[in-house]
Amino acid sequence: MPMVETRIPEGYTKVFTRPEALSDAQYTYCPGCHHGVITRLVAEALDELGIRGRTVGIAPVGCAVFLYRFFNCDFVQAAHGRACAVATGLKRANPDLVVFSYQGDGDLGAIGTAETVHAANRGENITVIFINNQIYGMTGGEMAPTTLPGQRTVTSPGGRDTRLMGYPLKVSEMLAQLDGPCYITRQSVHDARHVGLTRKAIVQAFRNQLEGKGFSLVEVLAACPTNFKMSPEQGNTWVVEKAMKAFPLGDLKGA
Amino acid sequence: MNMEQGIVFAGFGGQGVLLAGKVLARAGMEHGLEVSWLPSYGPEMRGGTANCTVVLSDALIGAPNVDAPQALVAMNQPSLDRFEPQLVPGGVAILNASLIAREARRSDITVVPIPMNDIARELDAPRAINMVALGALLRALDTVPLEVAGDAIALEMEERGRAKLGEVNRLALQRGYEAASSVLQAGA
Amino acid sequence: MSRVLMRGNEAIAEAAIRAGCQCYFCYPITPQGELVEYMARELPARGGAFLQAESETAAINMVYGASAAGVRTMTSSSSPGISLKLEGISYMAGARLPGVIVNIMRGGPGLGNIAPAQGDYFQATKGGGHGDYRLIVLAPSSVQEAAELVMLAFDLSDRYRTPAMLLADGMLGQMMEPVELPDPIDPATIPGRPWALTGAVDRAPNVVLSFDLDPQGLKEMNKGLQRTYQEITERELRWEEVDTEDADLLIVAYGSMGRIAKSVVRSAREEGIKAGLVRPITLWPFPYARIRELSERVSTVLTAELSAGQMWEDVRLAVGDRAATPFFGELGGVVPTPRDVLSEVKRYANG
Repeated sequence: MPMVETRIPEGYTKVFTRPEALSDAQYTYCPGCHHGVITRLVAEALDELGIRGRTVGIAPVGCAVFLYRFFNCDFVQAAHGRACAVATGLKRANPDLVVFSYQGDGDLGAIGTAETVHAANRGENITVIFINNQIYGMTGGEMAPTTLPGQRTVTSPGGRDTRLMGYPLKVSEMLAQLDGPCYITRQSVHDARHVGLTRKAIVQAFRNQLEGKGFSLVEVLAACPTNFKMSPEQGNTWVVEKAMKAFPLGDLKGA
Repeated sequence: MNMEQGIVFAGFGGQGVLLAGKVLARAGMEHGLEVSWLPSYGPEMRGGTANCTVVLSDALIGAPNVDAPQALVAMNQPSLDRFEPQLVPGGVAILNASLIAREARRSDITVVPIPMNDIARELDAPRAINMVALGALLRALDTVPLEVAGDAIALEMEERGRAKLGEVNRLALQRGYEAASSVLQAGA
Repeated sequence: MSRVLMRGNEAIAEAAIRAGCQCYFCYPITPQGELVEYMARELPARGGAFLQAESETAAINMVYGASAAGVRTMTSSSSPGISLKLEGISYMAGARLPGVIVNIMRGGPGLGNIAPAQGDYFQATKGGGHGDYRLIVLAPSSVQEAAELVMLAFDLSDRYRTPAMLLADGMLGQMMEPVELPDPIDPATIPGRPWALTGAVDRAPNVVLSFDLDPQGLKEMNKGLQRTYQEITERELRWEEVDTEDADLLIVAYGSMGRIAKSVVRSAREEGIKAGLVRPITLWPFPYARIRELSERVSTVLTAELSAGQMWEDVRLAVGDRAATPFFGELGGVVPTPRDVLSEVKRYANG
């Protein structure tokens, strides 16, 4: 995909540009998906801290499986749910690397629960970006561990029945109970102000790693308009009116 | 035909049969022989029964498990019950007479009853019964010299941070060796 | 030349450290506990990283990560734990990541028991995990050989960028023998890893992947793997022969069973039976051609295993109808004595 060339007219200053940590590749995310914003925020954080050249990212299984294409840094793709274990291996082998994983709710909160909890509990010195959109996006809209009560998905067609399917898993609240993690926060990107707050949180999560403070996780609430069968705007409304009710924003541990 | 001897050490867990076997293997190695040490291993960390098989050979060892051992060191009666029938005709059984009430049933083997617990107690080292047993075995086998085994147990203790126990273990070997000498000479 | 008396499990651990293993990840399981303990004690003291993971699955994925970072790395387990590692092993094969996996086999299936067995031959040599991949599988039959082969496993794994497995069993893991430990390698001799994830400075980013959603792309990736496997098959076959020159009855056995079979050949010869032994050291690649060649000259090729007959299938592929191909096996962790196997040999020698 060729890049669109832009000329800056005389008298104008460029105030918004592609972060150095992002490649030229075009996103493969759906319109209205929040992954695009969050991916960019991670890249901005790498730029701000000047760590692109020592960073290794870990792409998950799911919609962000192509993450390695979007970034301009070393990357490894992990088996479904195993990103925190892979991160542990990378970091123990070379503690000078800055290691981050980027995982969805199915990856991190269902199949990878054990790897996540134990990496957090060891205080593994890594940064985890956790995208909670309450659904499996890439496989076609199945119920996630974070799917809300009553929420319809292709595998909870009558709505999530908590008697049979349990409750939304509060991963960040769980992890915040542990002694290992230094920073657990939940953010959102549904409006500009919250995008700014999320950016700040992601920078903090990387800074913690640079300072050797241990495990940091930034959960970001997100919408999946395609599988929610909504417009992008309705997706934003969903985050505010539904997701944030079940998953309140804020720092759960550290800051 | 080359020399190959299979020895079974058996007893209760805690009687030190695995260590006795290891010291024999180590001494055999230092004496220039090929050796193997194969433990029985089970879910019990303590208690229960334990045994190990040591093979001494002047050629590379194939199977570390043996059909018919040349020697048995039985530290208790269940061990005698289990392994006595397996001994090769003409083999030797070193029995812990302190704990084994019955006589050996086989008449085609050499039996060496040694009051191991009593000898160890006389040395004020009740846990050294395994070295009393090994000393008796060394006398009966006549394959590995007593001094080499003494050095092996001393090194073993040193590596375990118990260097000061080296001497009493060496003494226990000596007493076991002497006790077996008396039995074998009386029988000869 | 100094020989030390060591347990198989400990000799494997020490040899791995001498091979330059810098990261070791594990989950406890019998009968390979001494390997874990040795690594916990020794590796950090010698500048490496030891970590007890939350599961076998996590441990193999830590190996995946450490290998991607460019260091020599290893995990070890026993049968049920290896089943859990297969996902990660398939990913390593796909991503072309070197690494060593030690399987100290025990009785199965299921929880089985902790006694020596060889029931994981299929799993090790025929894939085990998903997809068209192979593992280099090395099968030692003594403590000395275990130490040497674990070092070789690191070398081959690096040379061909594919994971390698040391396949032994509880008998070899638990037994002690004199071992002359190989000298530590010079780290400078480890092949460079320009593909490793070390930070994209003054170069394009490196990416470690085990997937390609484009079928043509994945086909090319698979063809690359197959070329590597072909090369390994042509260059890395290893086996030992005992008294095969004039043998009329050939035993094929590996690992613990292989060494028991050595005693059997000796006893058979003493009784006038012309027995010989082929002991495959690489189980994959398997020495088909040599066994085929020998089968032209013998009446019987007896396969002996601590299983229901897994390697037997490969032996029969090699022999075809050139000789009779009976099987002797023990199950459930029962280890036969040489006499048990000898009576089997006599049956075929006299029949």
